[in-house]
Amino acid sequence: MTRETYINAALTFLLVLVPFWAWSTGQAYILTLCTKVAILALAGVGLNIALGLGGLVSFGHAAFFGIGGYAMGILASHAQVFDPIAEWPILIEGTKSMPVIWLVAMVSSALAALLIGVLSLRTSGVYFIMITLAFGQMLYYFTIGWPAYGGEDGLSIYVRNSFPGLNTLVPVQFLILSYVVLGLALWFSARLARSSFGLALTAARQNADRVETVGIAPFRLRLVAFVISGAITGLAGAMFADLNRFISPTMFSWHTSGEIMVFVILGGVGRLYGPVVGAALYILLEHLLGGVSDYWQIFLGLLLLAVVLFARGGLIGTLAGREVAHG
Amino acid sequence: MVEPLLQTRGISKSFGALKASSDVSLDLRPGEIHALIGPNGAGKSTLIKQIAGNMKPDSGTVHFLGQDVTALDTVARARLGLGRTFQISALAMEFTVLQNAVLGALGARGDVMRFFRPVMKDSALVERAREALERVGLQDHAATRTAELSHGQRRQLEVAVALTLKPRAFLMDEPMAGLGAGGSKRLTGFLDGLRAQAPILLVEHDMDAVFALADRISVLVYGQIIATGTAAEIRTNPEVRRAYLGEEDAA
Amino acid sequence: MTFLLFAEQMLNGLQFGIMLFLMAAGLTLVFGVMGLINLAHGSLYMIGAFAAAWVAGLTGSFVLALMASLAAAAAAGALIELTVIRRLYKRDHLDQVLATFALILILSEGTRWVFGSFPLYLDVPSYLSGPVTLPGGIQYPLYRLAIIVAGLVVAGGLFALIARTRIGIQIRAGEADREMIAALGIDISRLYTLVFALGAALAGLAGALVGAIQSVQVGMGEPVLILAFVVIVIGGIGSIKGALVGALLVGLTDTMGGVLLPRFFALFMDPSAATTIGASLGSMLIYILMAVVLIVRPSGLYGSA
Repeated sequence: MTRETYINAALTFLLVLVPFWAWSTGQAYILTLCTKVAILALAGVGLNIALGLGGLVSFGHAAFFGIGGYAMGILASHAQVFDPIAEWPILIEGTKSMPVIWLVAMVSSALAALLIGVLSLRTSGVYFIMITLAFGQMLYYFTIGWPAYGGEDGLSIYVRNSFPGLNTLVPVQFLILSYVVLGLALWFSARLARSSFGLALTAARQNADRVETVGIAPFRLRLVAFVISGAITGLAGAMFADLNRFISPTMFSWHTSGEIMVFVILGGVGRLYGPVVGAALYILLEHLLGGVSDYWQIFLGLLLLAVVLFARGGLIGTLAGREVAHG
Repeated sequence: MVEPLLQTRGISKSFGALKASSDVSLDLRPGEIHALIGPNGAGKSTLIKQIAGNMKPDSGTVHFLGQDVTALDTVARARLGLGRTFQISALAMEFTVLQNAVLGALGARGDVMRFFRPVMKDSALVERAREALERVGLQDHAATRTAELSHGQRRQLEVAVALTLKPRAFLMDEPMAGLGAGGSKRLTGFLDGLRAQAPILLVEHDMDAVFALADRISVLVYGQIIATGTAAEIRTNPEVRRAYLGEEDAA
Repeated sequence: MTFLLFAEQMLNGLQFGIMLFLMAAGLTLVFGVMGLINLAHGSLYMIGAFAAAWVAGLTGSFVLALMASLAAAAAAGALIELTVIRRLYKRDHLDQVLATFALILILSEGTRWVFGSFPLYLDVPSYLSGPVTLPGGIQYPLYRLAIIVAGLVVAGGLFALIARTRIGIQIRAGEADREMIAALGIDISRLYTLVFALGAALAGLAGALVGAIQSVQVGMGEPVLILAFVVIVIGGIGSIKGALVGALLVGLTDTMGGVLLPRFFALFMDPSAATTIGASLGSMLIYILMAVVLIVRPSGLYGSA
């Protein structure tokens, strides 16, 4: 077992311990915080597939986060008032069922990622960063000017959506649901990294010429990675919208893209549990320091700067040392 | 007359006023090592890029295994069996030696889009990778990180990865570059044995290696092939001497 | 739409474009010479605006305020370069993006800490206020015209600097081959600090000039930063000419789009829907333009591949 595996195990233990303690002492607020960590970590897991495995510096992943959120917002808001989304040519009604919403969120994000990917992956380097940023901004301005769903002010969804067999309004139940989804995503991400696809993708990140000369097209690898990545971040967006029962254009903003990237980097880019640690650190800072000072983001900035300049591997990288090659 | 495996006919490429390749025709026959030499700036890398598929010629064709591949990119040509090594080793540095070789085997087999099964546990791929590593003598370093290999070992690994493709022909760009005397000798010996498996089109500056290995040599000067022949013929060719040595007397 | 309104909007677009140029020029210089992508450029714009507003509040002099903006932004730029930026030159773009994003957080929150959350006000000086009548009977605010003129003067000065001075030659050489100028014995670190501070000063000036028309508040630099990036991507990273062309293109597209599109939609939609959709589409237009340019010419209009 490598050091990283031990660290991951310890983290899992902590992640279960903290909410358990909170639940047994009746602190619903902490349960909600843990849920927030799980959902933001999920967004980071999505990005990590494109960024960590694929080396694609997407500064517009908020596009997918927002699409997932708005998928939920559109479906739920229409269902709330029993008003169909469209009546012609086929009847599309809203829904407040999480599984359906999640499916729609993931499919729409995947399609958006396919379109954005096909256009953006023809560029590289700083142009890729800029064009992904641009697409995120496009959607941001689009939703600001979309009065039907709140425009700039956003939209509240009054009742949390439902999941068969659960009462999702109970914090611990929603928490467990989010943990399960995060766990599945982590499991998938781990399998992906060790698969043929993962090998070829990480090879393409290191040396695209090498991949071409063995007869594999890097563009196709990156596009598939981008689509998968977008779908997972989209799912996180839908869940985030449910957590806050609120959607707004800021879900699309480049600040959000930056924040998701911060989670991944703080934890360790390319590391399986990187986004989990990063999201936890971020929420911890927000609530511990935020309580002390209104200007806690200065400390976040300093921490991020320190990590980038001196501890490039993030927290997991610093603790676990260099990544051990699989197999 | 045996059908050449790889053939260029009338390849021409210009960059503005500069004619990098001028009506280049050469071929690669089974079992041979065909060396491509020429002074700096002769256009060797441009030519290699066009043969490999990185660059499209302005005119002319490239045929591989009897097929016109001029319109195909590097990936397609690799799939057809064109193995390649680079002047500056193109390897995934973070991978272990074995992982790089498995990557080659994976590319050869073609089913990259698998998302769940761990690739390093795929016995067929690992077998093929290990075979290639043994062929080049790197089997003891399978678990070493590629970045930690010596320069010569990286060369060997590149050849190993090319081998996993079970290539029909090799395109090698200055494989001796950066190797010391011992390394060059070893690699020369290795390439000598390799030609039986697949012919090699070799771009090289190291004249010792060229004259030791090459069945045929083509000389490229200012984008044009000025001579093709055996080592003995090229050595005594006056035009070649002039191109390399200037206006020196042929002593 | 009347000719007067059209002309006024064209001038607004021009003014916006010139301001974007001041931002974009610094950004593209830094990228061209140092290979560095700097997200904190918008913060330098903000610092210039705050410095100007503060000094204007103290002294009442607009001229002093502008000088303060140049000095403050240049100083901040130099400080950032010496402490953070110079560690980033050899890093990859991801690291640069993250580190400068961190700087945005620090600088924005830092400014909010010093000045509070409420916007500051910078007033247009009396000698520049009021409208002026241009040929064709166009009435246009004198201040905005002054901005256009000032911007063009700075642009001219920048071109002259690059083309005719020793520093300019060093900058051009640096853009062409970074290792070479080190080998030629030019003090690279000093050159880099200078280039960075110059870009910062331009951004600060832009912030101060615009600060008089809009309000001076934390985060004011961010929308402009994004647009400046769009400009240099369209124009071609590293090209000052590209920055100018791109800036004017973006400025005019944004302004005219925001004005013309709602009217276009009003032809067949009700006015309120037309305004919202038109304005929204207008903001998206620039990004659509950038995406199209990137797809057709991946290195931008004047960029080198």
